[in-house]
Amino acid sequence: MIKYYLALALRSMQRNIVLTVLMIAAIGVGIGASMTVFTVLRTMSGDPIPQKSSELFVPQIDNWLPAHLNESPNLVGGLLDQLSYRDAMALMRARQAKRQTAMYGVSFTATPTIAGAKPFIVRGLAAYADFFPMFDVPFRSGSAWTAADDAGRTNVVVISGKLADRLFPGGRAVGRTIDLDRRGYRIVGVLKPWDPQPHFYDVPGGAFSEAEDVFLPFSTAIDRQMPIYGDNNCDDLPAPGWYGHLNSECVWLQFWVELPTAAAVQRFRQFLYNYAADQRSIGRFRWAPRVNLQNLHQWLIGEKVVPDEMRVSTLVAFGFLLVCLVNSIGLMLAKFSSRAGELGVRRALGASKADIFIQCLIETAVIGAFGGIAGLALTVAGLGMERMILTESAARLAHLNVAMICTTFGLAVFATVCSGLYPTWRASRVQPAWQLKAQ
Amino acid sequence: MLKMTRLSKIYRTEVVETYALRDFSIHVQEGEFVAVTGPSGSGKTTFLTIAGLLEEFNAGRYELDGIDVRGLNDSRRSRLRNEKIGFIFQAFNLIPDLNVADNIEVPLRYRGLPASERRRRIHEALERVGLSARARHYPAELSGGQQQRVAIARALAGSPRLLLADEPTGNLDTQMARGVMQLLEELHRDGATIVMVTHDPELAIRAQREVHIVDGQVIAVAAQPHLVAGAEMQA
Repeated sequence: MIKYYLALALRSMQRNIVLTVLMIAAIGVGIGASMTVFTVLRTMSGDPIPQKSSELFVPQIDNWLPAHLNESPNLVGGLLDQLSYRDAMALMRARQAKRQTAMYGVSFTATPTIAGAKPFIVRGLAAYADFFPMFDVPFRSGSAWTAADDAGRTNVVVISGKLADRLFPGGRAVGRTIDLDRRGYRIVGVLKPWDPQPHFYDVPGGAFSEAEDVFLPFSTAIDRQMPIYGDNNCDDLPAPGWYGHLNSECVWLQFWVELPTAAAVQRFRQFLYNYAADQRSIGRFRWAPRVNLQNLHQWLIGEKVVPDEMRVSTLVAFGFLLVCLVNSIGLMLAKFSSRAGELGVRRALGASKADIFIQCLIETAVIGAFGGIAGLALTVAGLGMERMILTESAARLAHLNVAMICTTFGLAVFATVCSGLYPTWRASRVQPAWQLKAQ
Repeated sequence: MLKMTRLSKIYRTEVVETYALRDFSIHVQEGEFVAVTGPSGSGKTTFLTIAGLLEEFNAGRYELDGIDVRGLNDSRRSRLRNEKIGFIFQAFNLIPDLNVADNIEVPLRYRGLPASERRRRIHEALERVGLSARARHYPAELSGGQQQRVAIARALAGSPRLLLADEPTGNLDTQMARGVMQLLEELHRDGATIVMVTHDPELAIRAQREVHIVDGQVIAVAAQPHLVAGAEMQA
């Protein structure tokens, strides 16, 4: 009977094409508007590393005077969202986590070896070797540098596949040298496409920016005094020079740890507290120890990766969808009312109320399916318009993937069926005797 | 076949109570052709809709083919209606989106018959009413008489035990009406049980028996086409 009802639904839709188009349009517009906004929200708020997000944490240490702290805009849970060099190195030396890395953003001028090719700017990240296994960064060829490279400040880099293809088209990059700021670096690894969204490991550097093209040992970057390409906040003027900056209380480093068990988390929390207490006892901190350990989800919420206005926009968009669905209820009531005579005849010929209910519900679902197609088209158009008006980093979020396509279509059918429940119930309650007498 | 005993149907509003049928009794034997007549508003159509299980009644008893229908749920009533009753309406009530064959198929679909069995029954029904060549036509492409024949075919396709006809020639001209009545008479000769509601005495005389209703009550029953005052006949 399902095939029969589907055929009846298509015939009925053709019979009253204006009403059908109006219903499909109402659903399509509502779906298009809400899913355009929701797609961006979903990308913004998605788990960038679901297989490991429960094991990744950000330690925070209060190293500023409370008065200065309150003036900082970069607080997460009341504490600064980056570490000073001094604290980061202390944590690295302590090795209290399974894996750990300090990092900061850098920028280079890359000079290709291809004749006639011009130099170009590339973004990079200075980090420790643990960065790659900790964040499950996939390699196309080669591998990360080693802990020995970290200690030895070796001139090695890992580059993105995109950069490798640009510098060495059609050829192998691993083992070759890349010119960055007129210095040669040996390529030890090339990455597969890797662009987690949000850009969780360096939110201050841009929550939705592209992943970096060059990764090099943290110690090498420090040794080369590579300028900071990211957030740098100081509560007081540091001493002049690079080393004055390193020894200051300026916060400019991101720090991540991998803690696979609850016991490890507890131990690390205690370690952090003890560290801050030690700094107080030696006179560096003149306040009670204030530390925190945020997991990835807490971190993204605390960093307000998803702006409040985005959430409000999404609510408004879904409110608009609700209005469209309410409108479609009225249209469906009109549609089924106009077919009361036919439904009365079907009842007379042996259809039960349940048969009529299922027939009309299937028709509603078919309308929802067409509305979903219309909504999908409008979502694609809406995202296209968003890409034109948003900033480059935000525009990258405005894309549909397979999951969102299925969600869009499924939402359209589900929402339409739900809104069709009342009109369908009314249709099944048609009194056949009255309808037949009226004819 | 059809047995109503002291049946009453009351329509209630906030201020008034109207008896469409009051202590109404009728018994139609299998194979009978009964005409139900009466003035407008006498309750003929209400009787037909109750007989066809399209409406509930307030008091009394109704047995259809030996089954007491009181208390049956909607699903059971619908199945009974589908299996045992064929309807022929004054306004034909064909579904305009469906062609002739698809219209005839409607009750067969609700019976859950396989496609081959449905096709066979549709073919036989169209043959019976002489419209095999019109299977793919739509109702709007047919004359009134042809549409009524299609409605009869639809009623016959399910092999019903009882045919209920409500003014079957009401919307037809004289010639077409004659053709439809001839068809009904043929069906009766072939063994169909027919109850026909009509206000036309010319049609009523063609039935075996006439039951005359006034104000929701049987006031006369006549075998052959004559009205006999003050007598109620029940089998």
